Amino acid sequence: MVYKQRFDGRKFDETRPIEAKAGVIARADGSAYFKIGKTAAYAAVYGPRNLYPKFKQDPERGILRVNYNMLPFSGQGDRVRPGGNRRSRELSLVIENALMPVVDLTEFPNSVIDVFIELPETDAGTRCAGICAASIALADAGVVMKDLVASVSAGKVDDKVVIDLDYNEEAYEDGPVADIPIAVIPRTGQISLLQMDGEITKEELDKAIEMAKNACVKINEIQRKALKEKYANGNGDSDE
Amino acid sequence: MSELIVKDKEIVVPGEELAAGLDFLPGIGTYRDGDKIVCAKLGLLHVDGRALKVISLSGQYNPKRGDTIIGKVIDVAFSGWRIDTNSAYPAMLSMKDGVSEFVVRGADLTKYYDIGDNIVVTIINVTSQKLIDVSMKGLGLRKLIGGRLIKVNPHKVPRIIGKQGSMVSMIKQSTDCRIMVGQNGVVWIQGTPENEIIAVNTIKKIEQESHVSGLTEKIKSYLEEITGKTLDSNAQSDHNNSGNENDSYEADHNSR
Repeated sequence: MVYKQRFDGRKFDETRPIEAKAGVIARADGSAYFKIGKTAAYAAVYGPRNLYPKFKQDPERGILRVNYNMLPFSGQGDRVRPGGNRRSRELSLVIENALMPVVDLTEFPNSVIDVFIELPETDAGTRCAGICAASIALADAGVVMKDLVASVSAGKVDDKVVIDLDYNEEAYEDGPVADIPIAVIPRTGQISLLQMDGEITKEELDKAIEMAKNACVKINEIQRKALKEKYANGNGDSDE
Repeated sequence: MSELIVKDKEIVVPGEELAAGLDFLPGIGTYRDGDKIVCAKLGLLHVDGRALKVISLSGQYNPKRGDTIIGKVIDVAFSGWRIDTNSAYPAMLSMKDGVSEFVVRGADLTKYYDIGDNIVVTIINVTSQKLIDVSMKGLGLRKLIGGRLIKVNPHKVPRIIGKQGSMVSMIKQSTDCRIMVGQNGVVWIQGTPENEIIAVNTIKKIEQESHVSGLTEKIKSYLEEITGKTLDSNAQSDHNNSGNENDSYEADHNSR
């Protein structure tokens, strides 16, 4: 079999339509909404704030604590049981590790920044959407960070290397599938998350990463735009 | 061959390149990467000669020495009080800095300040580990009784106070409220309930429209419309004559 055309008619190196907004949750210190195709993520940042239990405190720097949560009604299939599970624990951890290289928490010893990622609608690529939303929300919360992390999944469907797989592609049955979520620090091109599910050759992997990096640059522009839009009217005169 | 990539006073986001070349220096909220200066914090770019810095627009209050803040007593310890500062770290108010009279060993400290009391304090020291010491020795530092507290974005506090306290004294004059603005974004307002509401709404309006130019004039006409009182243009001097020394000191002090 040959995968000639993508199910939703996109080009092989084209992401789904993206929508991003900063400052969507009033009570949070920083928040963001990121939607890619039918996958949507809300991220809310609280803190830096006091960290208890005390043994988790780090006197040298603050810690980042990410909580990834898929809402019960989010999938297309069965209801997701509310609360954490093994998968969400893992994803919380990898998202935390993907964001950690850019945030600078040395100014906040013994404290914590909490990031809550909620997914009301999922159609594959949730951890990538979560990372994109979380980095906008962290910037919105005024956290010192080197760059905004952008993330997208790449992979292989049958014989084609594609970007931003949706659920139909992940579940493709007539050939091999590989799903590779990648998070990139766009300015430097460094990779802060790379996971893989499936099979892929070395050459195809290189190609997939290259495509993902290019897509992340575009996602980064959308993230920046979302932040600038929120503060656009804050421009102009300043008292200082 | 150095040049600015972004214009002065523009919104910048983390990862955005601000300037190229070694003639510019990275200030607060920026870092150098190779020959580029890159933004590290969301905010407004401020070009100060050769130095580039980013003025924050969001985020929590960051305690600094010399700030006057409104804190809440959250614990009574052996020889002092623990104060919530509306930041990530609580502050300590020692007995020595809290009360002027002699306190016998083992005396009940709750008769001075009890849990839940709101007090105006200045920060006298912040360590690298963010242990904060506060004091109540100074003009206008006292326990707040009555009134209401609201929280605002701490980065908008200079706007609420205005130049030489012009904005806050204008609100005081037209609403007859006593107002204290803490650098940590906590504002205390006391007056008649109707006037308190007007003051709260005005402060919220200032917070929301802090970027508008000519805001002082706009707020002035807004207040005049609501209260029906004409404000004289030199609100500050009039205020000083009203005899409320503590509060005017507060405004001056904060607008620095």
